[in-house]
Amino acid sequence: MNSDSLTRAFALLLKRDLTLAARHRAEMINPLLFFVLVTSLFPLGVGANPNMLQAIGPGIIWVAALLAALLSLEGIFRSDFEDGTLEQLLLSSHPVSVLVLAKVLAHWLITGLPLLLISPLLGVLLGLPAEGITTLLITLLLGTPVLSLLGAVGVALTVGLRKGGMILSLLVLPLYVPLLIFAASAVDTAAAGLPVTAHLSLISALLVLSLSLSPLATAAALRISLG
Amino acid sequence: MPANTTLEARDLECIRDDRTLFSGLNFCIEPGQALLLEGRNGSGKTSLLRILCSIRLPDAGSITWGGRDINRLGADYHEHIAYVGHRDGIKLDLTPLENLAMARALGKPSELSADAALDKVDLFGFEDVLTRNLSAGQQRRLALARLLVTDSVLWILDEPFTSLDVHGIQVIESLLEAHTARGGMLAVTSHHAVNLNATPVQRINLSA
Repeated sequence: MNSDSLTRAFALLLKRDLTLAARHRAEMINPLLFFVLVTSLFPLGVGANPNMLQAIGPGIIWVAALLAALLSLEGIFRSDFEDGTLEQLLLSSHPVSVLVLAKVLAHWLITGLPLLLISPLLGVLLGLPAEGITTLLITLLLGTPVLSLLGAVGVALTVGLRKGGMILSLLVLPLYVPLLIFAASAVDTAAAGLPVTAHLSLISALLVLSLSLSPLATAAALRISLG
Repeated sequence: MPANTTLEARDLECIRDDRTLFSGLNFCIEPGQALLLEGRNGSGKTSLLRILCSIRLPDAGSITWGGRDINRLGADYHEHIAYVGHRDGIKLDLTPLENLAMARALGKPSELSADAALDKVDLFGFEDVLTRNLSAGQQRRLALARLLVTDSVLWILDEPFTSLDVHGIQVIESLLEAHTARGGMLAVTSHHAVNLNATPVQRINLSA
């Protein structure tokens, strides 16, 4: 197999998943709606004290982003598993890890990118200063792909189970914790006017690590789940 | 199509939920031959086909393709096989043409275009209808059209005639015959009688 046909398969699979998402718009909007609702309910619940909101804002936005991602994870492989197209992916003459990467990229474009785009608005809502919002955007840009990449491994492991949702959360959430800690504290630090290079480097490292390893792990997990 | 490859299974064993479905199973498929698996429900036909696809590992024994273990060959084996399982492996929210374009890109594309493949399974005129709106038999024919858009030697088919009408069965049978006549191989399970008159058929009954 030459790399030309692999690029073609990658592009076509990406396009296929985006087309399917466009034909199921409701499912696509669900995580985004959840993200916006959770974040905007907090000021109502804890009171509109600007200092407190500013202090807990980064944490709220990141926790909400993480849960929204978790909510949408199953979609990466569930329907493909049910209609048998997942078997066809595994039986492809291309490396499965590359095809997995196309699916994860599609998942990020469908669920991660909208969160990223709406987050400045929620930052303003929670009274984050401008530097905080910029850093929030950068952490989400670097961090939401990590959510999709790590999540894919968990979904691949649980896709064969009838009620995999609970196990999926237990599997994936611990992996998300380092990201949550660094990302929320980066936004906090930026809001306090301090440099955040160290935080951003660590999150970038998480991204590079999960980008290089998780497609391989996902491909192996899919083989186990289907075998 | 490479002609001198042989699929050989030696001492295959499959255990499921502590039940031995089959053991000590030996067979060999040569180019131009068909393997027909028979047996009662639950006798392990689907499991055997999934082992042949290398989706599932045998509990004992080995399968070789041209003398090399299929699980070691991986993608090099996958480019020679096409599998239609009991799940169709097509997306209901894509059109038949989009489904076939995807199937084609995942394997080694054949000379036949997606349009021509649809024509061969009598789905001409349904290119741009959502697959969801096709009947069960039409969806099955679309799944079988996947076989035609990639250049695969070994077709592994799990109950290919499910939901097909008499005419549909004839169409598919003639496609299968044409495939073996070109030197292709078949591994098929079916509850219907399969009429492959011109093809040497090897029958294995897993319930016996």
